[in-house]
Amino acid sequence: MEPILLRARDEANSRSISTYLRLGGYGALKKALIMDPSAIREEVKNAGLRGRGGAGFPAGVKWGFVPQDSPKPKYLICNADESEPGTFKDREIIHVDPHMLIEGIIIASYAISANTAYIYIRGEFVEEAEILERAIAEAYKKKYLGRNILTTGYDLDVFVHRGAGAYICGEETALIESIEGKRGLPRLKPPFPAVVGVFGCPTVVNNVETLACVPHIIERGAAWFASIGRPRNTGPKLFCVSGHVNRPGVYELPLGVTFREIIEEHCGGMRDGKALKAFIPGGSSAPVLPADKIDTAADFDAVAEAGSMLGSGGLIVMDETVDMVWALENLLTFYAHESCGQCTPCREGSDWALDIVRRIRRGHGRPADIETLQRISRYASQGMTICPLGDAFCGPIASFLNHFGHEFKAYINAAAPMPEKKLPVLPVRSGRGTFGL
Amino acid sequence: MTLARTQPLQVALPTEVTEVRFDDAMEKRIRQILGRYPTQRAAVLPVLWMCQELWGWVSPGIMTAVAERLELAPAFVEGVVTFYTMYQTEPPGKYLLQVCTTLSCQLCGTSALVEHLEERLGIGFGQTTPDGRFTLLDVQCLGACGEGPVVQVNSDYYTELTIEKLDQLLDELP
Repeated sequence: MEPILLRARDEANSRSISTYLRLGGYGALKKALIMDPSAIREEVKNAGLRGRGGAGFPAGVKWGFVPQDSPKPKYLICNADESEPGTFKDREIIHVDPHMLIEGIIIASYAISANTAYIYIRGEFVEEAEILERAIAEAYKKKYLGRNILTTGYDLDVFVHRGAGAYICGEETALIESIEGKRGLPRLKPPFPAVVGVFGCPTVVNNVETLACVPHIIERGAAWFASIGRPRNTGPKLFCVSGHVNRPGVYELPLGVTFREIIEEHCGGMRDGKALKAFIPGGSSAPVLPADKIDTAADFDAVAEAGSMLGSGGLIVMDETVDMVWALENLLTFYAHESCGQCTPCREGSDWALDIVRRIRRGHGRPADIETLQRISRYASQGMTICPLGDAFCGPIASFLNHFGHEFKAYINAAAPMPEKKLPVLPVRSGRGTFGL
Repeated sequence: MTLARTQPLQVALPTEVTEVRFDDAMEKRIRQILGRYPTQRAAVLPVLWMCQELWGWVSPGIMTAVAERLELAPAFVEGVVTFYTMYQTEPPGKYLLQVCTTLSCQLCGTSALVEHLEERLGIGFGQTTPDGRFTLLDVQCLGACGEGPVVQVNSDYYTELTIEKLDQLLDELP
């Protein structure tokens, strides 16, 4: 496949506006600004562009939810909070081609009639925020931003808003709270941001990669975009590969490529000739898959069928030496740290699950631990919490136990007996506070 | 080849930031920031960033000044500061060594780096060396997983680190 999102990777000064213009940049914008906003929404819908941030929701449909008759100002937010472990594609886009993102932001803003857009970027990305600030300044100078863009009468301001260290702010409603200057606690939906978003106004939140696809769709048409990949899973996708492969990195491939091709061909196979044990296909929140699923197609639907999710396209590869109890402990450390604390099942569940897995790994596991972990993974997911962070740590728990339960059992069977404690025997109560026993 | 490209943080002493006033230059920046948002409250994160860049951390006195300037309750500002991990509420060392300890980096050997750092610096996570030079922090995924292990020193990412590269980096930092 010809590179699309990363076409400028090998260019000198790929970040500068002159390089971008030389490669035909901002051509789509000129085309878009003489189109009707509804025609742009329709084009993106027809292209089948699904959100690249993790959920895979059709972007054009999301834009369509913005009430066009609302008298309130409308906002576009670019989600550059990229914090999902194993994901580093948005950073690559910003490093290689910030103007592609800015052009996508302008077209998307025009399509939803927004006159202000924010780029919410994670606080750690200091260099990337500076790259964006420079690119935005260049775009203002060339009249692609500001008042009366390219004399079409359309106005747009774009501002970079830096986060300050919180994974949860990648969740769109937490991100909105954070822009409003608050602690990043997710909001209950509905109302959805498209109706009540930032500052109480209709808001669309799109991932960096999603927005970077938009200029290409406008320039080359929905049919062209839809011809890449597979039905319902169209377009190029950035796969971020990390872990035990020879050449980790960001690879641009059509949706539907198999994980075997990604690992064996593009990444040069497993490091040190070791065997593949497991892989996490879509960032750490995606359930882990065992090695025998390597022929799964990497698209939204096929990965879901295989029992996981494509998520952000962050592929974490683990070889035969990895202790899966250790790996789950590491992931749970992340989620226990990043739970915002708002919902009890997530706040307590992530902490307790971490405690239990840590105990198992330190040789003090108990036979009932596996069942307790399974119960936590059921009770903190599937709508029991305001946002999907509950599901994000429960998916790993359930899948690690499902595919690698024997490793947990081996630890528990070999566990040193806990020192006997003399405790009063209390009657077992069922109901409130006993975790649904 | 030199590795280090990071400048030391300017860290204010607690006594210098007990009572804080914004000078004209800072006022100008605050007004610029306020111009980007329809509410004053939305300026909290950027204004706190501005303060931390100047003073190296966010003291209670800074929080009060930010609250007064943006007409918010001091407790609200403290709530924001303590929610986000990157605002330092204690004066840090000149170099914040932020070691990514999440899975992808760990698969590439972060543990060995951490052991080495702890031994070389004589401190653990969350601690600062007695000479006030280094603060060691464990952080969650830094979003550069393809180049692990990653350590962020102040604002800069250092990737694909080995013990040798890390030693070189620490030796070179000004």
